[in-house]
Amino acid sequence: MKKVLLVLSVLMILLTGIAQAQDTVQLVIESWRNDDLTIWEDTILPAFEAQYPNIDVVFSPSAPTEYNAALNAKLEGGTAGDLITCRPFDLSLGLFQSGYLASLNDLPGMENFGDVAKSAWITDDGSDVFCVPMASVIHGFIYNADIFAELGLEEPTTVSEFYAVLDAIKENGQYTPIVMGTNDQWEAATMGYQNIGPNYWKGEEGRLGLIDGTAKYNEGGFLQAFEALAAWQPYLGDGYQAQTYADSQNAFSLGLGAIYPAGSWDISVFRANADFELGAFRPPVPDGQADCYISDHTDIAMGMNAGTENPEAARTFLEWMTTPEFANLYSNALPGFFSLSNAEIQLDDPVAAEFVGWRSECASTIRSAYQILSRGEPNNENDLWAASAAVLNQSMTPQEAADMVQNGLEQWYEPQMGS
Amino acid sequence: MPSSRKPFPIHIVVFLAPAVIIYTLFMIYPLLDSLRLSLNTVDPATGNEVYAGLQNYQRLFTDALWQPRILGALRNNFVFFAIHMLVQNPLALILATLLSSRFIRGRTVYRTLIFTPSVLSIVLIAFIWRLILSPIFGKALFAPLGITLPPLLGEPATALPTLGLVSVWQWVGVPMMLFLAALIGIPDELIEAARVDGATGWGVFWRIKLPLILPTVGIVGVLTFVGNFNAFDLIYTSQTALANPAFSTDLLGTLFYRTFFGFQLQLGSPTMGATVAGVMFMIILIGVMIYMFTWQRRLLRNTVEL
Repeated sequence: MKKVLLVLSVLMILLTGIAQAQDTVQLVIESWRNDDLTIWEDTILPAFEAQYPNIDVVFSPSAPTEYNAALNAKLEGGTAGDLITCRPFDLSLGLFQSGYLASLNDLPGMENFGDVAKSAWITDDGSDVFCVPMASVIHGFIYNADIFAELGLEEPTTVSEFYAVLDAIKENGQYTPIVMGTNDQWEAATMGYQNIGPNYWKGEEGRLGLIDGTAKYNEGGFLQAFEALAAWQPYLGDGYQAQTYADSQNAFSLGLGAIYPAGSWDISVFRANADFELGAFRPPVPDGQADCYISDHTDIAMGMNAGTENPEAARTFLEWMTTPEFANLYSNALPGFFSLSNAEIQLDDPVAAEFVGWRSECASTIRSAYQILSRGEPNNENDLWAASAAVLNQSMTPQEAADMVQNGLEQWYEPQMGS
Repeated sequence: MPSSRKPFPIHIVVFLAPAVIIYTLFMIYPLLDSLRLSLNTVDPATGNEVYAGLQNYQRLFTDALWQPRILGALRNNFVFFAIHMLVQNPLALILATLLSSRFIRGRTVYRTLIFTPSVLSIVLIAFIWRLILSPIFGKALFAPLGITLPPLLGEPATALPTLGLVSVWQWVGVPMMLFLAALIGIPDELIEAARVDGATGWGVFWRIKLPLILPTVGIVGVLTFVGNFNAFDLIYTSQTALANPAFSTDLLGTLFYRTFFGFQLQLGSPTMGATVAGVMFMIILIGVMIYMFTWQRRLLRNTVEL
């Protein structure tokens, strides 16, 4: 055993020596996706290094909740990695405006992304792009196909069909109709409100209306979405008020519930843990409405640290990230994170393929509070969390919750003030 | 005439230096700097810190957005403290009195069992209790007993008291040990003399034991106070920094964390965070001073009179 170790360590030393001798450049990626560490190390980075043997890339993630604070500290101290994983909208915009992220306007390959894809990592006037869009996440519903088969149910497409399915599951009594809790708040807001909402506020039309001040949270589609969410209350599991996001994932994986309001990133979790057939249906449309809208939220991108010592190698890596090859690799390695590239992508996972297929059937929009509206205090997104949870906990009526969110926005956002 | 002046006691300086230097560097300086930070604000135009006097404190207590948060956190913190004072410390005293009795068998076993939770990781404690009280996974425990548990950690009315009791469960061993050490230290002669004079068990406890361990009672009280107003970890691990549900478990510690570091899309504000920390410091300072100038002084006087 000792001999083996000795041989191995000698080999290691030799290998490091060889690597150094070849004059390689090392790049470090900062990221919050510590769940994806093995995928980057085993799949994505080897594919890049095979083409560019003189660039050595290290994926160095931190915990999601600590990422923003840790990254800021590292950038201020000048110790951050060469490549920075970008949060959407204001957090990254702030980094660019402080001079920490380099402009990528002239990066070859940026033409492979559409305007919507780039919208999360561009200055308000559209003059500078500072991150290469990587992926978006789509909302919808994942269901337990075994339970649907057992109860003879079909995928609902309209709101009344949706409630018919829920009533049937509730009547049967064995399974929880909707697996969702309000403990973590964001689950109610993101998987609930932002999931079904775009159908009520007509996607981009409503979202842009909020930004220019012509739409309000307490009337029209945004209010209807709160009302629709409140109607879920009878179908949630016992004690849903104390149910966390992890509880929901576990409960659905264990087959305790039939329908799971999902973000597409949940697909890989259920693929790993659930031993039943999965199915997916998109957010049901209100009866009689022809058009459908989905939340296709630009979530993750990659930018370059303006202070990097290896700007050329970093740009080479970013350029590679714009290629269809990367788009295919990434989308298939991480089912549920859908590439924002215009390239044609073949997805192997049927549920992931179903999610991404909705892009061609429905109009896409992003979460309503992310662009511009979460710059002030109170934070619009955090208000939506509290309001969505309160509506489901029945501590506020939909009207009260909508008034609270609208009132918060009117405190500081000029286009919404005094109207 | 120059008397034989004692040389400057250099050894005192040498012995004090490590503690003074380390304490100053890592405790006093950061504390003062944090207080300084709370008197500054960030100029949005330049991004520089500028002196703002007590503006931040005024904003914290009068602004329509901050006021409900800080007052809520204060109120919750006092409730949290009250739970510990009314449940943890009397319980610890009862347990210590029982365990100091010579007529109870297996005292060391009980002592160890009761003390064990306080050496466990807080993350573990929060996780275990969340599982036990979870409406989904706790069913397996309570269903055989015929109990359907309400979502204790999910209702604004019950979440804080529940977490307070979890905290009591975890920490009751520490004051118990302090009381026990004080009780064991009471000379047997005093108790025997009281017995000879005809005092009952109750009488001995109220008139002999309790007065003699009063200094410990005071210390435990002040430790509970400081610990509770600095509390953060249990709420953070169990209810996240948002202090679910609906801020009903928000303590000054979690409010500070959200303000200073930011949460999700809300960016952190070091100056407002330092302001919340300043309020925490003031409260603890006032509490400890009350203790020093009333309780401890009276004890000192009593000792002198004795």
